[in-house]
Amino acid sequence: MENTRRFCVRVAECRWILPLLFAAGLAFCVIAESGGLLNSYTRFALTTMAVNVILCASLNLVNGYLGEFSVGHAGFMALGAYASAMLTTRLFPQMPALFIPALLAGGLVAAGIGFLLALLSFKTRGDYLAIITLAFLMIVKSALENIPWVGGPRGIAGIPTLTTLPVAFVAAAATLWTIRNLIFSKFGRAVVAIREDEIAANAMGVRTREAKILAFSVSSFFGGVAGALLAHQITFINPGSFDIIKSTEILVMVYLGGIGSLAGSVLGAVIFTLLSEALREFGTWRMVILPLILVLLMLFRPRGIMGLKELPWFLPRRELATRRKKS
Amino acid sequence: MSALLEVEDVTMRFGGLCAISHCRMTIPAGITHGIIGPNGAGKTTLFNLITGIYRPTEGRIRFQGRDISGQRPSRIALGGIGRTFQNIRLFKNLTALENVRIAYDTQLHYGPMESLLRIGRHRRSEDESIARSMALLEHFGLAGLASLHASELSYGAQRRLEIARALALKPSLLLLDEPAAGMNTAETAILTEFLRDIRSHFQVTMILIEHHMHLVMNLCDQITVLDFGRVIAEGSPAEIRANPRVIEAYLGESAE
Repeated sequence: MENTRRFCVRVAECRWILPLLFAAGLAFCVIAESGGLLNSYTRFALTTMAVNVILCASLNLVNGYLGEFSVGHAGFMALGAYASAMLTTRLFPQMPALFIPALLAGGLVAAGIGFLLALLSFKTRGDYLAIITLAFLMIVKSALENIPWVGGPRGIAGIPTLTTLPVAFVAAAATLWTIRNLIFSKFGRAVVAIREDEIAANAMGVRTREAKILAFSVSSFFGGVAGALLAHQITFINPGSFDIIKSTEILVMVYLGGIGSLAGSVLGAVIFTLLSEALREFGTWRMVILPLILVLLMLFRPRGIMGLKELPWFLPRRELATRRKKS
Repeated sequence: MSALLEVEDVTMRFGGLCAISHCRMTIPAGITHGIIGPNGAGKTTLFNLITGIYRPTEGRIRFQGRDISGQRPSRIALGGIGRTFQNIRLFKNLTALENVRIAYDTQLHYGPMESLLRIGRHRRSEDESIARSMALLEHFGLAGLASLHASELSYGAQRRLEIARALALKPSLLLLDEPAAGMNTAETAILTEFLRDIRSHFQVTMILIEHHMHLVMNLCDQITVLDFGRVIAEGSPAEIRANPRVIEAYLGESAE
C-alpha cells in the first residue's frame, strides 16, 4: 500500500512524462492524419476534443482562477470564428499558409472585446457580471444575425477545412503552456488572489484592474482561437452555432474537470467529449443527461474532480518544490 | 519630528449615519499608536479610510506629506501602508507561502512576456521571492507550515501569517485591526512580546485597534479614544487611564 502510494507520487512528480506525452500525442496525430490510421469520424471527434481543451482551459481562467462566472464564452468563440473565416474565405482564399495568422487574428478580435468586458468587471462582480456576460452573448449573436456582410442568419459556408488533428493538438498544447506560464507567475497569483479575497488582494498591493484585464483578455483570446479552429473544422458557421447552449457545454466541462486547475480542464474536456459522442445516439436525451451531470456535480463535488488542485506535471519545478509537504 | 500620517478633519458619512466625525490624528514616525473605543465607535472605518477602501466624505489624509485620500487601495498599499483585518482575510485556498508571495510579488519587476517564455528577470525574481518569503515565514515561526493551506492553520498561526503577509509589502506603517481578538490573557502576553519584536526588527510604525487594555497600555506610546466617531481623548497611556471621559465612554457612567 505504502509502495503503491510512493510509486504514484514518483510518477506524478516525474518531469519528463508530460513532454513525452506531448511528443507521442503529436506523432500519433500526424500519423493518424496522413496514414488513414483512424476513420474520419474518430479523427473529427479527437479534433473536437482538442478544441474543447482550449475552450475549457480558457474559460477556467475567468471562472476558475479569477472566480467570476462568465456565460459568454460562446460569444468570444463566435468573434474568433467569424473574424478568421472572413479572412480565409473573403480576404485571402486559397492560401492555407495564412491559416495561423487567421487563427491569431480571430483570437485578437475576441481579446479586444474581452478587454472591454474586463473594464465592466471593475465595478461589477458575481451575479451581476454573469448577467453582463449573458447580455454580451446575446448582443454578439444578434449583431451577427443582422450584418448582411457576414452572411446574416445564414452565416458563412464553404470555409476551407484547415483544422486538422495535428493543428488542433498543437494549439491545445500551446494554450495549456501559455496559461500555465501565466498562472505560475506574479500575474497569475494576482488573479487567484482576487478570487480568494479581493479586498485583501487590494490591501496587499495587487493591481486588481490589471489582473482582471489580463484574465479576461487571455481567456477571450483563446476562446476566439478555439472558435476559429472550430470554424475551419466544421466548414460552416452561423450565429446559431454560438448560443447559450454552447456556453453551457463549456461550463459543464469546467465544473466537471475542476475549477482553477489545468489538469482539471484537460480532464473535463476529455470526459465531456467522450460522453457527448457516446450519447449522440440518444438524440434529444443528450441535452437532458449532460445538464443532469452538472446538477449532480454541484450537489456532490461543486469544485469538480480536480477543483483547485493541480497535477504536479503542470507545475513548474520551482512551484513543485514549495508544495512538497514536509513529513 | 515629522509626521508619518496625518488625519486632517476627516468625516465619513454612510447615508444618514456619521461613522467618523471631524477626526484629527497625527502619527509621528517610529511610534506605536493605539486606537481604542467601544464597539461601533468607527475604529475600523478609520482604518478603511486610511487604506483607501472608503473615500472620506470630508477632510484629508496625508501619508509622508502626500495626500492619499481617494487613491486606489493597491496604490496606498504600494506606497507603504500594510494592514491586517479584524476578521482574518487570508487567501484561504492558497498555501502560507503563496499568501506571503502575493504581497512580495508587488516588488518584483518582470513583464508578462518574460513570464510567458520563462526568461530574463522571471527566473531570478521568482527564486528570490520564494527565498525571501520563506525567510519571512521563518521569522514568524511558520516555515514548517509553508506548504499548508492558510485555512488549515491554527487560529494563532493565521493571525501571525496575516501580519507576515502585510510585512512582505515592506510597509513603513502597519495597521493592525484587533490582533489579539479571541486570545486569552496568556496568548495576549505572548502577542505583546511578538509585536514588540516586529517593531524593532522591521522598524515599522504601528497603529493598532485593540480591546485588550493590558496590551494597549503596555505597547503603545500614544492612544486615541474614539466614541461615536469622535475623538474624545488623546494622550499617553497614563493620561488616558486617568481621563474621566474615557471612563464614561467605557462604563457609561456620568463623569460628574
